[in-house]
Amino acid sequence: MFSLENITNLVSTWLYANLDPTWALVVQFVIVGVLVISLFSILGLVLIMMERRVAAWMQLRLGPNRVGPRGYFQTVADTLKLIVKEGMTPDGADKFLFNLAPFIVMIVSMVIMAPLMFAKGFQIWDVNIGVFFITAVSSVSVIGILMAGWASNNKYSLLGAMRSGAQIVSYELSAGLAILTIVVFSGSLQVSTIVESQADGWWLLKGHVPAVISFVIFIIAVTAETNRAPFDLAEAESELTAGFHTEYSGMKFALFFLAEYVNIFVVCAVGATLYLGGWMPFHIGNWTSFNQVMDYIPSSAWFFGKTFFLIFVIMWFRWTFPRLRIDQLLNLEWKYLLPISLFNLLLATVIAIMGLHF
Amino acid sequence: MSFIRQYLSDVISGVKSLLTGMRLTGKYFIKHKETNITQQYPDNRQELFAGLPDRFRGEVVMSHDDNNEHACTGCTACELACPNGTIKIVTKFDMTPEGKKKKAIDKFVYHLELCTMCNLCIEACPTSAIKMAQNFEHSVFDRRDLTKVLNKPGSKVREGVE
Repeated sequence: MFSLENITNLVSTWLYANLDPTWALVVQFVIVGVLVISLFSILGLVLIMMERRVAAWMQLRLGPNRVGPRGYFQTVADTLKLIVKEGMTPDGADKFLFNLAPFIVMIVSMVIMAPLMFAKGFQIWDVNIGVFFITAVSSVSVIGILMAGWASNNKYSLLGAMRSGAQIVSYELSAGLAILTIVVFSGSLQVSTIVESQADGWWLLKGHVPAVISFVIFIIAVTAETNRAPFDLAEAESELTAGFHTEYSGMKFALFFLAEYVNIFVVCAVGATLYLGGWMPFHIGNWTSFNQVMDYIPSSAWFFGKTFFLIFVIMWFRWTFPRLRIDQLLNLEWKYLLPISLFNLLLATVIAIMGLHF
Repeated sequence: MSFIRQYLSDVISGVKSLLTGMRLTGKYFIKHKETNITQQYPDNRQELFAGLPDRFRGEVVMSHDDNNEHACTGCTACELACPNGTIKIVTKFDMTPEGKKKKAIDKFVYHLELCTMCNLCIEACPTSAIKMAQNFEHSVFDRRDLTKVLNKPGSKVREGVE
């Protein structure tokens, strides 16, 4: 059976047998870096293509269909165009911060990938506070956005960045509380332990109502955190031209764009890990033969299948719902999501203490 | 207590309306082959010429019969009806066999570049002399080509049309 774990173990033993430990570690770092960067670019291409297809089909259109077979090379062509375009820096901008901001946003979305478990035993860093690490690091991206908006020296950019700040700071609360619900259930912050705890069923299915409520809140909150419609107030084309990245062009713009899509992937991967069992196959109680058939599907396929399903749901939101006003956005968070998720956390704690979940 | 009931019913009705929207777009996504309305224009050119909807309005034309006769009496009702001066009718006086003067059109000038295809001229015409054609490929290299004279050279008004 295909397994990424065997490949990584093979590479690791070969490295340690042939090099001294320090150099083996350095080579491993390099391999991981190359893998993350290539995943970054592949995800950019694939997700933008997927977004355009989903958007077109939901809006009764066809989507890209001219470049390459059925238009599948469209995003490659777009990327090539962005690479050869000049990255302008406006005269009045704070040049250092202006050029630094896209890299901060991109580095943050790369760093969050560290504790993610892509398949059985295929993880960059199994840190014991994995989920906490993700929530903590993902809030740094707002600094990149504020930096971009401020350094652009442009009122629209600044307004977009301010909105984005307000939005991310408030929605991180309910995203964090939704994550805490699952942490309470599984009793651990470590990603591998959380996945192990779902061997006999995913938390969405065996956590009763609180898990379902926290799943819905999590999806809403991460949609807001990644600045996507219906919460795309930070860009709001019709009001702020393009929000915080109005002044960016060429590759610097592409980095923002890529980081947005990689962020979607990361938050959906976190959602899949917490609620849908990560790489765990779908098992039903005592149906041994059914469970064995499910085990034959590689764990990486399970992980990516679940993640892409959640990404599809978030795209579905984007092409269905109209954009909220800033006061509606903050109302939704502070008057609805936050009280509900606090109450929900209490309920989940009671269930976990009484041992009522399956 | 009523506050909490109001709060919960707000949440439920909000979620329900969102799900209604998602059901519609989800249906479009799954049945995208049937629901998509994009015309692949240069590829299905022949198909479009064959089967455009009846109500599609391409340009104003004047219908002539086999004897090169039309039904336009030069009453200028279309010119008066046109909201943006697309139509200009130049009249002349023909001599009838009885020796009377009779008003007739010399030129029916139609500025396609000004036309918004609003159909008001067609509705104003008392004799149904003009109608909307379904031709839609109007691009030309010279703007003057868009100023058209609709009555064919040598044509005259049909007998009995007043």
